[in-house]
Amino acid sequence: MSAFTALLARDLHLALRQSADSFTVVAFFAIATVLFPFGVGPEAEVLARIAAGVLWVAALLAALLSLDRVFTVDFEDGSLDQLLLNGQSLTLMVLAKVAAHWLTTGVPLIIMSPVMAVTLQLPAEGYGVLVLALILGTPTVSLIGALGAALVLGSRRGGVLLSLLVLPLYIPVLIFGTAAVEAAITGMPSGPMLSVLAGLALIAVTLCPLGTAAALRQAAE
Amino acid sequence: MGTSDTFKTATFSGENLTCRRGGRMVFAGLGFTIPTGGALVLRGPNGSGKTTLLRLMAGLARPTAGRLLWSGAALEDPEAHGRHLRFIGHLDAIKPAFTVRENLAFWVAFWGRDDGLIGRAMEAFGLAALADFPARLLSAGQRHRLALARLVASPAPLWLLDEPANALDDRSLGALTDTIAAHRARGGMVVLASHGADLASGGATLALDKFAPTDAAQWTDL
Repeated sequence: MSAFTALLARDLHLALRQSADSFTVVAFFAIATVLFPFGVGPEAEVLARIAAGVLWVAALLAALLSLDRVFTVDFEDGSLDQLLLNGQSLTLMVLAKVAAHWLTTGVPLIIMSPVMAVTLQLPAEGYGVLVLALILGTPTVSLIGALGAALVLGSRRGGVLLSLLVLPLYIPVLIFGTAAVEAAITGMPSGPMLSVLAGLALIAVTLCPLGTAAALRQAAE
Repeated sequence: MGTSDTFKTATFSGENLTCRRGGRMVFAGLGFTIPTGGALVLRGPNGSGKTTLLRLMAGLARPTAGRLLWSGAALEDPEAHGRHLRFIGHLDAIKPAFTVRENLAFWVAFWGRDDGLIGRAMEAFGLAALADFPARLLSAGQRHRLALARLVASPAPLWLLDEPANALDDRSLGALTDTIAAHRARGGMVVLASHGADLASGGATLALDKFAPTDAAQWTDL
C-alpha cells in the first residue's frame, strides 16, 4: 500500500502547488453553465426544465479538460517508467492516479454544482439528488477518462482524440444522472437511477483500471 | 536497509534475446550473465540498441524472443521484477514544483524504503546545499545528479543506468564511480550504457554491434 498512498499524496500535493489546474476546471464549469441563461433566455420554467442536463454536460466537459494531464506529465518527464517499476501492482497505481484526479476535479465540481444550480433555477427538490448523483457519477467519469487518457498517451493531438473516445462512453452516466434529478423534481422516486449510477461506478472500478494499466504498459514500450 | 548491509546473493542473466523495433531488427541472439557484485558495460554506436536493451532488462519492454533470468529462474512477471531494480534513463522523473528533498522523499516512500538515506544520498551527489531548492531551478547536471541520488536513497540490487555520465562534471563523475563501486561491494549489480568514462572497473563489456544482424538479414521474416 505504501506506493499507493505515496502516489496519491504526491498528486494531491502537486495539485495544491499548481492549484491553477483545478481552478481552471471549476471556472470552465461555472462559465459554461452561466452561458445557458444568456442563450435560452431567463424564463424560469425553461431553465428549470434543462437545468439538470446542462449541469451534467458542463461537468462532463469540464472533467474532460483535465483528463489530458492525468498521465501526460508523468509520461513526458519519465515518471511513468518509474511508476511501472513499482514492484507491486500497476492497477493499484492507476487507482491512485484516478483517486487523485477525482479528488482534485470531481469533488470541486460537486461542491460547485449547487451554486450553479441556482443560476439555472433548479427547483429546490432537485438539489439533494443532484449532489448525490454527482457523487455517484463522477468517479465513473474519472475512471473512464483515465482509460481514454492512457490509450491516447504519446499520440499527436491526443486531446481531441481523447474527447472522441471518451465522450460517447459518458452517455450512460449522463442519461441516468439527469434522469435522477428530473425524477426528484417531478416527485418520482430517484432511487432506481441512483442505483444504476452506483452500478456503473462498480463496473468502471473493476474494469477500467485493468485496461488503463495495459494501455500504460503499451505506451511505455 | 542500511548501507552496510549486503544484498542477497543474486545473478541476472539473459538468453538469446532478440528485439525488433518498428520492423527493424535491433539485435538478435544476445546473451549476458552478471554475477553477484558484477557490472556490465554496454557499448556500441548510436542506434545499436543500448537503451532498448536496458528497457528490456527493466521489464519496460518485451523481447521479441529470448528470456531474462533472475538467479536462474525465468522472469515471468515484469511487475515483480520491478522490485529488484532501479532504472535511470534519459528522462529524470523530477517534478519541477517540488524541492530537491521532496522529489527524493517521494520516490523513497513510493518504493517503501525508510527515509533514513535521503540525507546521505543528497550528500553523495553534492545536493545537500540545494535540499530546499525548487527542482525547476536546477541545471541539467544537477537534475541528473538528483535522479542518480535515488539509487542511494532507495537501495535495490540491480541498477540499470542509461549513459549515467551525461552532463556530469568531473567531481560528480568521481562520486558516481565511488557509488557504483560501493554498490558492487555490497553485492549489487550494475548495467550501464556508456560511450566514454570507465565507471565500473573490472566489469564485463558487451559490444552491441556484434549482435546486430547483417543488412540482408535485417528485413527478412517481417
